Amino acid sequence: MSPNSILGEFKTYRPPVMDVSEEGDELLEVAMGPHHPSTHGVFRMDVALDGERVVKLKPVFGYLHRNHEKIAEKASYLASMPYTDRLDYFCSLTNNWAYAIAVEKLAGFEVPERAEYIRVITAELTRVQNHASAIGFLLQEMGASGTPLMYAFREREKILDLFEELTGSRMMCNYMRFGGCRVELPAGWLAKVSTIVDGLPRFIDETEALLTSNEILMARSQGVGVLKPDLAVNAGITGPMLRATGVNYDIRKVDHYGIYDRFSFRVPLGDHGDIYDRYMIRVLEMRESVGILKQALRDIPASGPIIDPKSKPRGFRPKPGEAYGRIEAPKGELGFYLISDGTGNPYRYRVRPPSLINLTVLEDMCLGQNVADVVLIFGSVDIVLGEVDR
Amino acid sequence: MAVEPDLKIELGKQGVFVTTISEIYNWGRKNSVWPMQFGLACCAIEMIATTMARYDLARFGAEVFRPSPRQADLMIISGTITKKMAPQVVRLYNQMAEPRYVIAMGACAISGGPFKQGYNVLKGIDRYIPVDVHIPGCPPRPEALIHAFMTLQARIDVQPLTGEARPRHLDAEAQGEFPVPEQGAHDLVPPVNRLVWPLPAPKAVETHG
Amino acid sequence: MKTAAEVLQAIKAALPQAGVELVNNPGPSAQHSLRLAPADALAVAVFLRDDAELALDYCSNATGVDWPDKEISEKVKVTKVVDGPDGTKEEKVVEETVKHLEPGYLEAVYHLFSMKHKHGPVILRMRTVNRADQVQLPSLTPVWRSAEFQEREIFDLFGIVFTGHPDLRRILMWDEFEDHPMRRDYVDPDDYEYEPTPHDEVLKRAQEHEKAQAGVTA
Repeated sequence: MSPNSILGEFKTYRPPVMDVSEEGDELLEVAMGPHHPSTHGVFRMDVALDGERVVKLKPVFGYLHRNHEKIAEKASYLASMPYTDRLDYFCSLTNNWAYAIAVEKLAGFEVPERAEYIRVITAELTRVQNHASAIGFLLQEMGASGTPLMYAFREREKILDLFEELTGSRMMCNYMRFGGCRVELPAGWLAKVSTIVDGLPRFIDETEALLTSNEILMARSQGVGVLKPDLAVNAGITGPMLRATGVNYDIRKVDHYGIYDRFSFRVPLGDHGDIYDRYMIRVLEMRESVGILKQALRDIPASGPIIDPKSKPRGFRPKPGEAYGRIEAPKGELGFYLISDGTGNPYRYRVRPPSLINLTVLEDMCLGQNVADVVLIFGSVDIVLGEVDR
Repeated sequence: MAVEPDLKIELGKQGVFVTTISEIYNWGRKNSVWPMQFGLACCAIEMIATTMARYDLARFGAEVFRPSPRQADLMIISGTITKKMAPQVVRLYNQMAEPRYVIAMGACAISGGPFKQGYNVLKGIDRYIPVDVHIPGCPPRPEALIHAFMTLQARIDVQPLTGEARPRHLDAEAQGEFPVPEQGAHDLVPPVNRLVWPLPAPKAVETHG
Repeated sequence: MKTAAEVLQAIKAALPQAGVELVNNPGPSAQHSLRLAPADALAVAVFLRDDAELALDYCSNATGVDWPDKEISEKVKVTKVVDGPDGTKEEKVVEETVKHLEPGYLEAVYHLFSMKHKHGPVILRMRTVNRADQVQLPSLTPVWRSAEFQEREIFDLFGIVFTGHPDLRRILMWDEFEDHPMRRDYVDPDDYEYEPTPHDEVLKRAQEHEKAQAGVTA
């Protein structure tokens, strides 16, 4: 029985993407993407415009669908770890951690203390460089032709040097293992991290001095792309976009995963839910991350095991069952859902991508705005196509 | 045919600068290759890092990244090509004006990379368009991209202006438009362009007498 | 934090007619789920979202799972009448292998959390009747908008048709594509590779390509 016969009417009936026949005036239909200077990758938005105002907007993606989930069904649990690097390619270490948490829930592993501290240090460094790059890209779309991006990448290169020394690779780190980390810290690494963390407040101050009260930024982003809190909660938005609307939901505080309970940090919340609030939330979260880093560097135990002794990297066969593990990735809630059938390969491996779910409300935020603002609103959602399409 | 270096130096002492047309033509071409801003996936981030302050690509002549294919000379395919995206890549390549070059950056662009066994992944962009330089890596370091750029510059430098090996824009019969694949029911149609990516020649079967 | 059993009791108290049962999760994670009958799913979902104590207002994850038909062979003791050694009939207990086909189904799994009370996850499951022609399930997008894109993805990759979804069409594959690739029985289109990975189906295909090529010259 071929799949086509199931669909029947669905195969021949294709709902019109742009059903603009009811509108009185002539509407201009523009396909923005998949090759477009501002779409953060291969992403397409079909917009119907009335002059400059957006009447309808439908996102189209799948241009980077690399069937990560199907590959994971044929590969072992450990073999999927390098593939998780390539999901949100800015933040490979947090992707690794989310997958490791899901497998640890599935198999019942416990992570030793020193490994938890290392995980927190690498995750917060990742968060800082992700938010800096996101602000840089947002400003580039506003017309600031690359200068904030250059400053952000200057800091990012310093952090990538640290990752390269620790894991061997700048971007695709593949560092977390089930029950801990892959390798012990090199000598002198913590001192280097300390030096760079001491320099980060100066970078954040510089960014704020240039940007926060910049009149072009304020004029273009305040009141633009407003998202209401109840729509955000119902649409499953997470991350800085949700906290900009005022909802206090940070998975580090809700799930108490890792050892985040030992650090004191605040969760910045916004009032209006517009682009300016999302920008400010990211700046404030960078400051909070610097605080967490200082506390972690102060408290990390000087020695200890790096990985749970029960976990065997090879021949890992968890008992049948399923688990859903999630973390607060820099872009939102990154979750992994695993079903195990007792063999060495997962039966079902699912990534819950924050960027895809955050796009659910793109149309709602853009209706009635100018097409130039669509670019900004889309930039403030801060998506990565590797995650949206997997 | 280049000028002998000793002759050049001697004449240079007299204040006379001697060169051949092909040398100066290629010198101008190789030092102003403008890439197209075409990032697909993770390798695009390394490409952006190559243009940033630490590994500045602009000092090699890649001053601006042009989003429009009509204004670009070089397409750096950085990232996985999926079957959904492949027709657009070929269309963009067709829209570039000669002389145009392609660098396949990263394992995914060369052969499908880590995602090779997939229902949506094209196993390498050289199935549809000709590629000049391949860079291995996942992702390749910015230094590797600079090396690829310099290799491309070296290739442009030695291209003669007449004869068999002349660049395509001086050849009236060179193929300009490459056929764009269609998206069929199960796969792209055609799955590969045999003129660009031929099957290997059949191996001769040894007969034992 | 409410356990799955407590949530089940709350649903039964509010909607006694609803078809809900507890599905046990054998692993160490102890995340048990509730299986809903498709006819009552919308009512249960609205109750879960609007109840003051549960307030499960955030649907985090919606995913599909494919369970293909399984052939189960069991050894059964059967009493048979056989011929005895001296011509008489006697009864003997013989072990026989009996095979039966357990029909497969497609499943949709939802993970729910509460942003108001900060608890969760509560896991819901819905099963289709079979994998071939009866693959409809009610869509939970009217209840939780976050399921919109995820249900489209389940439709695209698994083939579950969600009735009541505002805009059900393919999301990751192109529109003219006709298969549902994440099903366990999907076969990739055949492809010649210069450097095939030397194991599993890829190696088998490469060997067939070589035979075909050698056949050309012979």
